[in-house]
Amino acid sequence: MNLKVHDNKAWFLILPVLLLVAFSAIIPLITVVNYSVQDIFDQNNAVFVGAEWYRKILGDPRLQDSLIRQFGFSGAVLLIQIPLGILVALMMPTKGKMASLCLVTLAIPLLIPWNVVGTIWQIFGRADIGLMGSFFNGLGFEYNYASNPTHAWFTVLLMDVWHWTSLIALLCYSGLRAIPNAYYQAAKIDQASAWAVFRYIQLPKLKSVLVIGVLLRFMDSFMIYAEPFVLTGGGPGNSTTFLSQTLVQMAIGQFDLGPAAAFSLIYFLIVLLVSWLFFKKITHLYSNKLVFI
Amino acid sequence: MAEIILQALAHSYLDKPKNPDDYAIRQMTHTWQQGGAYALLGPSGCGKSTLLNIISGLLQPSEGRVKFDDKDVTDLQPNERNIAQVFQFPVVYDSMTVFDNLAFPLRNLKYEKNVIDKKVNEIAAVLELGDVLHRRANNLTADEKQKVSMGRGLVRDDVSAILFDEPLTVIDPHLKWKLRRKLKQIHEKFNITMVYVTHDQLEASTFADKIALMYQGKIVQFGTPQELFEQPEHTFVGYFIGSSGMNIIEVSLTHNNAVFNDVSIPLKATLINAIVKHSTNIKIGIRPEFVGVINEPTEDSYPCDLIDVENLGTYKILTLELGRQKIKARINEDQLVPVDKAHITFPQEHLKLYIDECLVKENIE
Repeated sequence: MNLKVHDNKAWFLILPVLLLVAFSAIIPLITVVNYSVQDIFDQNNAVFVGAEWYRKILGDPRLQDSLIRQFGFSGAVLLIQIPLGILVALMMPTKGKMASLCLVTLAIPLLIPWNVVGTIWQIFGRADIGLMGSFFNGLGFEYNYASNPTHAWFTVLLMDVWHWTSLIALLCYSGLRAIPNAYYQAAKIDQASAWAVFRYIQLPKLKSVLVIGVLLRFMDSFMIYAEPFVLTGGGPGNSTTFLSQTLVQMAIGQFDLGPAAAFSLIYFLIVLLVSWLFFKKITHLYSNKLVFI
Repeated sequence: MAEIILQALAHSYLDKPKNPDDYAIRQMTHTWQQGGAYALLGPSGCGKSTLLNIISGLLQPSEGRVKFDDKDVTDLQPNERNIAQVFQFPVVYDSMTVFDNLAFPLRNLKYEKNVIDKKVNEIAAVLELGDVLHRRANNLTADEKQKVSMGRGLVRDDVSAILFDEPLTVIDPHLKWKLRRKLKQIHEKFNITMVYVTHDQLEASTFADKIALMYQGKIVQFGTPQELFEQPEHTFVGYFIGSSGMNIIEVSLTHNNAVFNDVSIPLKATLINAIVKHSTNIKIGIRPEFVGVINEPTEDSYPCDLIDVENLGTYKILTLELGRQKIKARINEDQLVPVDKAHITFPQEHLKLYIDECLVKENIE
């Protein structure tokens, strides 16, 4: 095999994509990297501080607390939305008018902008004029998301479940429709129980859509900002202040650009790392002999 | 193990079938005996898969009953019927190993672990799947997958019958033959009722002891491959069976002669006497194999023009024209091919008479 390169002109062909990636990702990111290693006083006064901001941020209890809250939130989101989405997809009618109706109904929450979702639930949960809030209070249950951290968490989670379970349900629905009927027939003949059909036919065939679903939901929920911001403003106290809100407070509220830049990079690396680990694990399982999902 | 009885069975995919054409399966009564190897043969769309799905319970018939021995199973689901079915496209549970695939029905039936191990290993040996037993099923070749599908039916010793729905469609030709042999061996070994759906007469006749030939939702003949060949009871059987089907000629009857376009062929008096029904739809049939081709005219020969010769290796098919009617004749490769003109004879014993497409059966006595 001859590996000698005769002509380097082909490199120019990747120039457009290089420019695109540079402007959309690399250059803005480098700006942040630049901020994260400097202490900026004003436009003309900046001091190089090396890794100091990183050390400070990593030891900052505010970041640690919101990181724990963030993992708790994303974990809860995945634990609720994935099984619930699968369940909804399994229960949906497969054909006829009802199927179209279900699809459209499920798609509605996905079309609503984030801050609108926050506003909807902010009003929905209010004890005086909100349907859910007055309903709970009418039952004698003192529900108030603005003062009770548990209620705030419950509302934020419920809101996210309402907003995004449809995505998992729709993905799974399309995955289920792709399973040939012969599998169900064979399973019937093999005396498989409903659970065995789910476990050995439906779930394995849903795997590829679930990988996408889990990745999307993890990344999205890990970066959640607008909905809790509108709903509770991160409160009561800091109980629903997630990473992105902590970051915004630091960058824009206190104008601590250096630490905020270091924070964003750490934040970015965590999302990247978790997604990568998850993806690696799944694709590794794919290529290997057996899959236990 | 059971005898499968279809009683006055009919099926239509429409809600309110009106005329006979609305039925995918027209009313039939039929029995598949315990331990038989049967083929359900017919062209595409004749209802053979429908019939198979009714037997397995994947489909509920619109009319009639299905019985396994004395037990009426018409309203039972497939899992309550103890039946195995192999589909046209191999179905393997691809997240499992071959072993787990084969063990799947047994595990569903809550067999003991050591029984499962024993049965699976036994079937894997019969199907020559031993080497791939612990590999994941989705990495197998098509024929291995189909063997796994079959194996899932074979591991169960409680099945009444195994139904095959064109199982060799996706298999390479050279492996088809091997798998067919395998099936035959399995049948001999386990003495299990097998019904094999196919549209390939060669597949049907190599696999089955008896063939049910289906046409337009009916079983038009049920018999051994030889019977189907020598005594086609319906013109469709004559046409469908045999490579180059039966010559079927529309005729009218005049004084014990079958007449078409100035050609008059005498028929046996016993055959004419056997006619019980009169109709204007009268046909005679003779297989190309039985048409006599001679070079010199004789008393009972008919002169005709030679149109075409197809050389098929060990034999030749001649296309001849007699009274504007095309007739095919099959001759051996070493027989001399006549030039332009030929003389043909119709041996009485092989000349069949059909009234309304059905064979007129001679009284033997």
